Amino acid sequence: MTTTPEIALAPSKGRHSLALAAGLVLVGLHVGIAILTLFWLPYDPAAMAGGRLEAPSWLHWVGTDRLGRDLFTQLMIGSRIALLVGTGAVAIGAVIGVTLGLLAAFASKWLDDALAATLDILIAFPTLLIAMLVVAASDTASLGSAIIALGVALSAIVARLTRILAKRVLVMDYITAARTSGTSWWGIVVLHVLPNIWPTLSVNFALQFGLAVIAEASLSYLGLGAPPPNASWGRLLQEAQGTVYTAPIGALAPGLALLSLVIGVNLTADGLRDTIDPTRRR
Amino acid sequence: MSEPLLDIENLTVRAGEATLVSKLSLRIERGERVGLIGESGSGKSLTALAATGLLPAGLTAEGSVLLSGQQVIGAPDRQLNGVRGTAAAIVFQEPLTALDPLMRVGRQIAEPLARRARRDGETLSRGRLRQAVLSLIDEVALPTPERTARAYPHELSGGQRQRVAIAMALACRPDLLIADEPTTALDVTTQAEILRLLDRLVRERDMALLFISHDLPVVANTVERVVVLQRGVAVEQGPTQTVFAEPGHEYTKSLLAAARAFDAALEGRA
Repeated sequence: MTTTPEIALAPSKGRHSLALAAGLVLVGLHVGIAILTLFWLPYDPAAMAGGRLEAPSWLHWVGTDRLGRDLFTQLMIGSRIALLVGTGAVAIGAVIGVTLGLLAAFASKWLDDALAATLDILIAFPTLLIAMLVVAASDTASLGSAIIALGVALSAIVARLTRILAKRVLVMDYITAARTSGTSWWGIVVLHVLPNIWPTLSVNFALQFGLAVIAEASLSYLGLGAPPPNASWGRLLQEAQGTVYTAPIGALAPGLALLSLVIGVNLTADGLRDTIDPTRRR
Repeated sequence: MSEPLLDIENLTVRAGEATLVSKLSLRIERGERVGLIGESGSGKSLTALAATGLLPAGLTAEGSVLLSGQQVIGAPDRQLNGVRGTAAAIVFQEPLTALDPLMRVGRQIAEPLARRARRDGETLSRGRLRQAVLSLIDEVALPTPERTARAYPHELSGGQRQRVAIAMALACRPDLLIADEPTTALDVTTQAEILRLLDRLVRERDMALLFISHDLPVVANTVERVVVLQRGVAVEQGPTQTVFAEPGHEYTKSLLAAARAFDAALEGRA
């Protein structure tokens, strides 16, 4: 009937998936090591495996610490703990935060104002302080309590972000259109709101993953994190403090391990966002 | 079923102290085509939103709005979701924001189709649903349905997006189609195409139509009856021909004069 022009579809595969590939390799490496530690370790992480502060050698790839324990073994265990802490804390923060944020976005003005004010107050406290309070409230410091504490501490930021993003989506015509055609609130959340706020949220989650891993190191430093023999990278850094001039590798190695995981997670999150968002595929 | 599809009586919409729509009464019978006309800010779109119970937060409605016999004012969403879509669906002014940017066009049309089928107690197989989506895309005269279904909104032109929005409204199989300035954001040639399309669809499907516009000539050929709205008050209503030939109210006269002057200017006679 009419002569509307042909529709030019964008190629469905993005080209800059190089970043995604690099990110997946880095994260995959850590995941692989973490799984390996469940079955096999080069040395007993708690036993003396050689002399004190040995330099890297074929026997000890990154040397030994001041008690003669193999550092590489501890780094491997550190991968497992970092992944657990990062994923666990972000997952807990996401569930609590997204739920609260959506609730505020959909709520009546009164409830929304109350929630927003509460979140602003929570955000005013340093994340670490909130995490410390939560750990202190539980009986003993353990890996689990540290993860929960960090998750709770991160959730306020997620909630505020979700609330703002969701409100921006909710005023769009396609939401009104969906409602006029009889879509339930639940349907609108699942079909339209979550997919449209996810790209921004996912970048935030990647950042928070890194934050959580570093915050766990801080908690460990204060004796509120995973207790020994859990060799978290944070604890390795703390233990290497005194010998950083004589054996810098002890601080360098856990630092680099932390860096590689955080970069890997960020690259993966960026890459995933680009594959979700069709307007970014050019 | 002789009750009117939409029966608005003494509708008043307020935002705090300000009255945006005042004591408006409007009745649309099955298969009837009605135009709601007025300048911007006269309360046309609010009337459409009030008709489906979707007024933005902060606005309050009084009076009575019966949509397929269901009282809309004061009814909870849960109750209204049953008549929304089935009784009335809306096509909006701005095709840029009327489609979800992250969802393929085919899926956006499939959602209301599947919902309507569930309401009618049918279950559509994947294949049948896909067929229904493709035939709707074809019905609104979009090219190559297979490709269009796979497109994202940003890959379509404004006119094409508006056709998708129309297809989404049709997917609900509504008794009443509310078109809220559906051509205002489009260029003149595309406007004419969309108007012809709406006109054809409404007649073919025997739907009632509430056409909202500030542009008199646009509605003249499509609707049988017009209601003229000025600052929230219905100042005149009657059959299209009568209102256009012998406008009774000053405001209608000025709207008509403005439209004529504009036409004349376009043709270079002024």
